[in-house]
Amino acid sequence: MAWFRKKSKFTTIGNTNKKKDLPEGIWRLCDSCEEYITNDEIKRNYHICPRCNYYYVLPVEERIKHTLDEGSFEEFDANLASKNPLDFDGYDQKIRSAQQKTGRYEGIVTGRGEIEGYPVIFGVLDFAFMGGSMGSVVGEKVTRAAERALNDELPLFIVSTGGGGARMHEGMLSLMQMAKTSAAIALLKKHGIPFLSLIAHPTMGGVAASFAALGDVILAEPRALIGFAGPRVIEQTIGQQLPPGFQRSEFLLEKGMIDIIVERPNIRNVIKPLLEHMWYNRYALRAQQRQGNKTAVYAVKGA
Amino acid sequence: MRYLEFEKPLREIESKIEQLEVYAYSRDIDLSGEIQPLKEKLSSLLDEIFTHLTPWQRVQLARHPDRPYCLDYLQYIADDFIELHGDRTFRDDQAIIAGFCRIGNYSVAIIGHQKGKDTDENIRRNFGMPHPEGFRKARRIMETAARFHIPIITFIDSPGAFPGIQAEERGQHEAIAKNLEIMSQLGVPIICIVTGEGGSGGALAIGVGNRVLILENGYYAVCTPEACAAIILRDRTKAASISGSMRIVSSDLKNLGLVDEIIPEPLGGAHRNPEETAQNVKNAIIRHLDDLSILSPDELIADRYKRFRDMGVFYEAQSVGISIANETTGQ
Ligand SMILES: [Zn+2]
Repeated sequence: MAWFRKKSKFTTIGNTNKKKDLPEGIWRLCDSCEEYITNDEIKRNYHICPRCNYYYVLPVEERIKHTLDEGSFEEFDANLASKNPLDFDGYDQKIRSAQQKTGRYEGIVTGRGEIEGYPVIFGVLDFAFMGGSMGSVVGEKVTRAAERALNDELPLFIVSTGGGGARMHEGMLSLMQMAKTSAAIALLKKHGIPFLSLIAHPTMGGVAASFAALGDVILAEPRALIGFAGPRVIEQTIGQQLPPGFQRSEFLLEKGMIDIIVERPNIRNVIKPLLEHMWYNRYALRAQQRQGNKTAVYAVKGA
Repeated sequence: MRYLEFEKPLREIESKIEQLEVYAYSRDIDLSGEIQPLKEKLSSLLDEIFTHLTPWQRVQLARHPDRPYCLDYLQYIADDFIELHGDRTFRDDQAIIAGFCRIGNYSVAIIGHQKGKDTDENIRRNFGMPHPEGFRKARRIMETAARFHIPIITFIDSPGAFPGIQAEERGQHEAIAKNLEIMSQLGVPIICIVTGEGGSGGALAIGVGNRVLILENGYYAVCTPEACAAIILRDRTKAASISGSMRIVSSDLKNLGLVDEIIPEPLGGAHRNPEETAQNVKNAIIRHLDDLSILSPDELIADRYKRFRDMGVFYEAQSVGISIANETTGQ
């Protein structure tokens, strides 16, 4: 903690040092089609290449902007920060540079917001913060978000970009976050609170193999890499190249592992009716209003 | 018996003792005068080698080819074991075994990784690395056990979930996640014992217990030391040197509050006396079952939730940092 206390005079964390992911107005080559595009064009197009439809990682602030009603987001637990519980060599510096790069204490933002006026508990992993990996803080914030959803009887909606999986630098404490977050989701299921999981590129390992895979409905962005073992590890194991499209959303849809692929600009149009069908427009609620609590079996905890 | 590199000093002296014993037996003569000093020498050599093991040596012991596996333990401590097979959807994955048996006075469900004793068996059991259907078989039996109020004992010993094309196709990540979810809500006592390798998600997928115990020379890690070295140091061969900083051996895990108890092994490791090791395991199982059996199903679920809920190390910073809400709406 000591290192942070000393530095914690920087309430400006991020404001001054923060690098814009994509500086505006500069020509560049698309990572995928290698055509000339401007960062401005990409940014205006939900961080999707207007030439080849390649999905860049959507920065957290823009994810919030594109998903939630303007001005509706209220953040929780923004000040939870990691220690270096194993004294793992280089971890302090890694955290510090990720904090400076993202302007955030940790790799996830959680809070309460609204989608077309419907309140939800919302969370989004930050790929820019150590690859969206899950250490103690990410696990704790996902768990708190789920517990908040249970407590406030609101649907939970989490966007995962967890390419880093369980964060190695916190060792077994990271692995245990898989059990902790999954147990919290299990509580939501037990009490009938919906959990929508949107998986974006890339989401692997400990994040894919815990809460992200446990949505009542699992949505994915097009061509997102989703799986347990990384493609390179598998290639080493089997000693051959993987088929094209392996572990991509379309492949997972075909194999029955996800419910629906949603184009980024369309997400609110899919989430809104899901929230209505699963929560805000339920027969059970209306029936409950008609018949008092006779239909409590359909209804939420404590209703 | 097979010898690890650091065990090799034992080989010469042990084979000498064996020769003398065979000779004495076959000729019916007393050679205890010759054998006794050798045994004393062996004992001090064991002390020397095994009282200050490095983390990497413990990892190697956890992977020792002669280490007892789940079925070995059952042979020593379980009665009336009935193995049950299959996930009812795809196939029977023999990297995980499941079934019912009696330990002491308790009928219990057993779930365990199972490695092979030789190459043929290792191929059949995929070196103890499950595919999704293995985890799903485990889940099926655990859910069945919970329906009939049967406590669950899991034996963890796997390098990890198998990283292969078919495993991914059939949803390795989903199978693991689902087990974590389901295990957290089972209303029976669950005791998990890391007997050898606790390999990442493949271990945790049968590791959500009210009690998590580990044998003295077991290890439990977020990934193998080889994988950690490959990613952090970009060099797989530095596994030995990074294994210490990963904090994966039994004493580290106990200090971090991630395991509840270390089950002692005989000097030299479990493979030097599987029967004694199994007795220690049995005693621990019965002691914890006695403790847990006074809890109601809801209390067991709450106890397990709290156990994992409390895991994690973090702090609350004084400043909240930037306000995301202002940033997004301000543009
Ligand atoms: Zn392009």
